[in-house]
Amino acid sequence: MVDKVKIYIPDDSSAISVGADDVAQRVAEMASAQNVAIDLIRTGSRGMFWLEPMIEVETGAGRVAYGPVTISDVDRLFKADFTSGGDHSLALGLVADIPYLAKQDRVTFARCGIAAPLDLAAYKATDGFKGFEAALKRPQADVVADILASGLRGRGGAGFPAGIKWQTVMQAEAKHKYICCNADEGDSGTFADRMLMEGDPFQLLEGMMIAGYAVGAEVGYIYIRSEYPAAIDKIKGAVEVLQDAGLLGSNILGTDFSFNIKIRRGAGAYICGEETSMLDSLEGKRGMVRSKPPIPALSGLFGMPTLVNNVLTLAAVPSIMADGPEAYYAFGQGRARGTQPFQLAGNIKHGGLVELAYGVTLRELIEGYGGDTKSGRPVRAIQLGGPLGAYVSASALDTPMDYEALGEIGAMLGHGGIVVFDDSVDMAQQAAFAMEFCAVESCGKCTPCRIGSVRGRETIEKIIAGECPSDNMALLTDLCDIMEAGSLCAMGGLTPMPVKSAITHFAEDFTRSDRGQEFDK
Amino acid sequence: MLNIYTMRRGIKLMSDGEKALMDLCTSHGNNAANLLEILHDVQHENGFVAPDDIHIIADALNLSAAEVQGVISFYPDFKTTPPAKHTIKICRAEACQAQGSRGLEKNLSTALGVKMGEATADNHVAIEAVYCLGNCALGPAVMLDGKPQGRATVDGLLAQVRKG
Ligand SMILES: Cc1cc2nc3c(=O)[nH]c(=O)nc-3n(C[C@H](O)[C@H](O)[C@H](O)COP(=O)(O)O)c2cc1C
Ligand code: SF4
Ligand code: FES
Repeated sequence: MVDKVKIYIPDDSSAISVGADDVAQRVAEMASAQNVAIDLIRTGSRGMFWLEPMIEVETGAGRVAYGPVTISDVDRLFKADFTSGGDHSLALGLVADIPYLAKQDRVTFARCGIAAPLDLAAYKATDGFKGFEAALKRPQADVVADILASGLRGRGGAGFPAGIKWQTVMQAEAKHKYICCNADEGDSGTFADRMLMEGDPFQLLEGMMIAGYAVGAEVGYIYIRSEYPAAIDKIKGAVEVLQDAGLLGSNILGTDFSFNIKIRRGAGAYICGEETSMLDSLEGKRGMVRSKPPIPALSGLFGMPTLVNNVLTLAAVPSIMADGPEAYYAFGQGRARGTQPFQLAGNIKHGGLVELAYGVTLRELIEGYGGDTKSGRPVRAIQLGGPLGAYVSASALDTPMDYEALGEIGAMLGHGGIVVFDDSVDMAQQAAFAMEFCAVESCGKCTPCRIGSVRGRETIEKIIAGECPSDNMALLTDLCDIMEAGSLCAMGGLTPMPVKSAITHFAEDFTRSDRGQEFDK
Repeated sequence: MLNIYTMRRGIKLMSDGEKALMDLCTSHGNNAANLLEILHDVQHENGFVAPDDIHIIADALNLSAAEVQGVISFYPDFKTTPPAKHTIKICRAEACQAQGSRGLEKNLSTALGVKMGEATADNHVAIEAVYCLGNCALGPAVMLDGKPQGRATVDGLLAQVRKG
């Protein structure tokens, strides 16, 4: 009997959003009609979204790819004998040779797109649980020391050194401690947490288990936004697989360590990504931001010491434990060590996930990887780090992507989202939107944020309408200062960042008289 | 299980729906920390959280009805009226704006004759605002009845909701 041909099609929700399920179904139907024995495996995405749905076929030479495939292409692919790697206009050659992928430093996303996400044997065969097993053999303090030595910083936005937070929770004395994984990923232009949870969920769970062991927690929560139903299902499935395998539960691998993971769904509120708001939400309450101190590391969920880390922070941990902190520290530069999964989004030809060592320039990302705008018009503005991040102009393209270099140009990396706009963008309208977003998503606890955002939007609209522009501009600047200084959290505190950066770099848009229908297209 | 609610109303008066809801709360340990999960489950089952449900949940979790109401009103996901047959959630965030979502929103709303956040008079289609669906490289992104769609078009969406 001939071996079955292995065919891989993503079940990542971005791929599904452009037809991957239909394509998979058609491939299965055609294979059975043509008596081609196939093994159809649904995987995560490789993160080259403009090529989705992308099909990969295992051949003697390696995996070859075809994409973007529509249902109507499937018949022609079979005619071209694609199950043996036959040539076709959609053929992309060996996956491993596609430059977009080949040039990346895939550490956290090394496995994403390769095997079925819930295939535990495949996970273990690619060093899965090697980091966890290594950690269990060592004292807790050594594990924390390795995280410190790796230089890992929080990937959720603030870039706080992970090791210091772990140490604080480890040293806290309490009856219970918790791990909370922040999977609220609300920033526009970001999807790395989602891709990872859908494509390699075990790696995140392994990271949480190592964290649980290191700080002395027995329960971990994952707070996943409800906008990510597929990620919720995948993580639920992965937790069950690990429970059945005895990797979650009591006395894991015959040790004293017991750990379990619970999944909690968000409910559409952006502010619940802020860690203390998330904790209130996890306690079943309205997601109101708490004042600090006390910091969550000392008094967090249910008043107990709580380690809050982003999905990508925790997912980086297994490889640090498996390969040693030096290997991770070797990536990057200055105080930005390791790799960052950058996310190219917006008006860009080759949007997707690009994991690289810190220090790559914005130009390399947008021009080299992204292939410039999808519309073919010039790049005019780039928003970095989500809705609270700065807009920069094309003159910032040579900035290296690390925390400090971006800080110098008044921008921030945030969760690694890069949103590209072409020259049809109206930056005054973008500034108004930043205020509007804050008004919609504010938790309402403090006045500068709750009311300032509404007034801010009105004021920008007046400027757009040409109503006393210089007076209103002075008012707006003053309002931004008050929001920055008087807000409890970064929601109100950073909303002025996109607004002020738009004014600084694109002043002409606030005085335009030719404002037309262009942006309504 | 007896609690204040069943004692007040008398067990005989309990409908199947009330019993099911109390069982649901029990399965969540009648723990107030699980309120969001309970509300999600109720909504998954019935499409919305009915005013009567609020009292049952409040009693089961030992909360005031105002506290439950406060949680429902904080989170955009929770609805207290029956949903439309089809709901199109349209991403309004920046990466989708850069890919033409403002136009999509405007034209879809004109074609359906509804404003953002509203449903058609026959409650057949509703459009809702969301801020990022994590599909920012394939915008404009929408979610139609819980299913993600990338590179959405007005014609494509209308064809799907008009099918039935
Ligand atoms: C308004 C607001 C929204 C946030 N949203 C998220 C989020 O969606 N995901 C996340 O990991 N962190 C988010 N953060 C940052 C968290 O407060 C917190 O710093 C982070 O989860 C800590 O994990 P890390 O150190 O691993 O980054 C947000 C912060 C603010 C102020
Ligand atoms: S700044 Fe805004 S979101 Fe943050 S606590 Fe104050 S009102 Fe809430
Ligand atoms: S900004 Fe629309 S899906 Fe992310």
